[in-house]
Amino acid sequence: MSPVDGYGISNPELPVDRAVSEGRVPDRTPERVPELHEVDCPDDLRERIEELMSRYPDRKSASIPALWAVQRLYGWCTPEGIRQAAAVMRVTPAYLESVASFYDLLHTDPVGSHKIAVCTNISCWMRGGDELLDAFKAAAGEDDERFFVTGFECLGACDIAPMASIDERYFGPLEAAEARTAIEQLRDGAAVLPEKALEKRPLPGGPDA
Amino acid sequence: MPETRLLLKNAEDPALRTINGYKGYGGYASLEQAYKEMEAEQVLKELEDSGLRGRGGAGFSMGKKASFLPRGEMSKYLCCNADESEPGAFKDRELMQRNPHQLIEGIAISALAAGAGHAFIFIRGEYDSQADILDAAVAEAYEAGYLGKDICGSHCDLELVVHRGAGAYICGEETALLDALEGKRGNPRLKPPFPAVQGLYGGPTLINNVETLSNVPHIVRNGAEWFKGFGTEQSPGTKVVSISGCVRRPGNYEVELGIPTRELIMDLAGGPLEGREVKAFYPGGSSSPVLKAEEGIDLPYSFEAMAEAGSMLGSGSIIVADDQVSIPHMALRTARFYHHESCGKCTPCREGTNWTVKMLERVVRGEATPMDLDIVASVQENIIGHCLCVLGDSMAMPVGAMVRKFRDEFEDVIAAASEGEPAVGERLPVVQGAPETLGAAT
Repeated sequence: MSPVDGYGISNPELPVDRAVSEGRVPDRTPERVPELHEVDCPDDLRERIEELMSRYPDRKSASIPALWAVQRLYGWCTPEGIRQAAAVMRVTPAYLESVASFYDLLHTDPVGSHKIAVCTNISCWMRGGDELLDAFKAAAGEDDERFFVTGFECLGACDIAPMASIDERYFGPLEAAEARTAIEQLRDGAAVLPEKALEKRPLPGGPDA
Repeated sequence: MPETRLLLKNAEDPALRTINGYKGYGGYASLEQAYKEMEAEQVLKELEDSGLRGRGGAGFSMGKKASFLPRGEMSKYLCCNADESEPGAFKDRELMQRNPHQLIEGIAISALAAGAGHAFIFIRGEYDSQADILDAAVAEAYEAGYLGKDICGSHCDLELVVHRGAGAYICGEETALLDALEGKRGNPRLKPPFPAVQGLYGGPTLINNVETLSNVPHIVRNGAEWFKGFGTEQSPGTKVVSISGCVRRPGNYEVELGIPTRELIMDLAGGPLEGREVKAFYPGGSSSPVLKAEEGIDLPYSFEAMAEAGSMLGSGSIIVADDQVSIPHMALRTARFYHHESCGKCTPCREGTNWTVKMLERVVRGEATPMDLDIVASVQENIIGHCLCVLGDSMAMPVGAMVRKFRDEFEDVIAAASEGEPAVGERLPVVQGAPETLGAAT
């Protein structure tokens, strides 16, 4: 006989009272797929996810794109948003949450609306990526909830090191002082560091010979 | 030697992104030729004969990989791996950003060769602007009849979906990529079965890197013999090489495989700053064992020469460290990356990356003894070959090489700290400012 029964209560027959807490009572009712009428899903989100699902042979393939859609709508993957997407996709919310929690770009906690990722990997570190991250954190301030500043692993732009991804666009090479400029431009709603945009950069070897 | 541009030809022209601009340079002629005049077996044979090797890291023959897919009527898939996340690699970003139609044409031709009716481009979520460019290009290609039903009257269909990832290095591993594409957490799968037999949705799947597929239209248009005229016998073709770190002109340079590594680092990328020396470099991204300058810089830049030197060409990304770079810090920075990106499925990788970071932190804090370096090295040996995928190996190889080749430098850091000198600390010192201004390249 097991020393502990299925409900987490000590067995009085045992000579030593093992440290058994009340424990978690096993849930005999597994989570079910929420119904659409229960979740109040906005029509455009539902249509978007349905369109995404139609692109794939298996509807579950749309889980990452659907979570992107939720994040774009609510700013992060809110529990309500995940339930709405789950209802449209006919999967459990826990399934989508397990996916969302795996990936660095999907946020299961609230984050600021302006997302700034500063690369601190090898090539950027050599050129001051850590200092650039400090500068962005200082410029954004701790209290301003509009900004989500984070260090990030290699963003695939070592040619413009040190660099940052600001609202999903790449900028570099950046001086630490430009962090303040960028934050001010974001506050004013102006274009961010237009001359430092990756798209502006020519091939390093110049035009074809 | 200047660059040899095949894939990056005309890439400075922004019109190349549009279908008309691309066709103006002769684009989609290969696709029309393949779909109208060639049999799938013919295309496959041309790719096999060309000797094109995968540009994503493993360097396996692309044609051979495609030939592993079973023949016959069944749902087969093609996945383009655009989850470029290896530190130091940024060539696929350049190719997709400047020439998206070249990739789409390559995918369509390869899908014909492999008999795939459904293709996906798995692009990392961070590459948002590149994914937008691909979305627009795919829409144009559908409009022009190069994708969709009955391509060029051949009765062959192909659906192409651009699928954005959400930030996980492991999804560049081919089986983890398949799991992510199926809508799951990106954990690698046990191999075999290999994806060519049982891949996406359980069907045979061909997975190739962006640069590999971008080569395909050129091979079909000009023939395998022409392609073999570039590069070396075992590494035919050109390579877009990403050079970064302590060089004056970091960026992507397209060269024939087999050119001296010295030309890449010292001539094209401008070498280190005045008065500094190259100390070491990663020849193929952060996963490749570091080569000391004196052992690597005069080698030809090819798959076989790098393998012979005990390293690898990998994705073709050179990260240069000059004499100001502290190797123990570089090892720590490298290990931290793999620790962060380990998916946690296999114990040697999950625990090995964790302990390597902890031990290297002790080294740079001055809390270690030289004996600890032996333990660091033994941890690396116990990771290699013991996991489902090579993420752990990718840390073990470069960190192991650094401890082995620069052991005196590790011991100096430990000794300096134990003699009461100010500890180097965990902060990784900056060694170089921002690179030269835009357009300064000659």
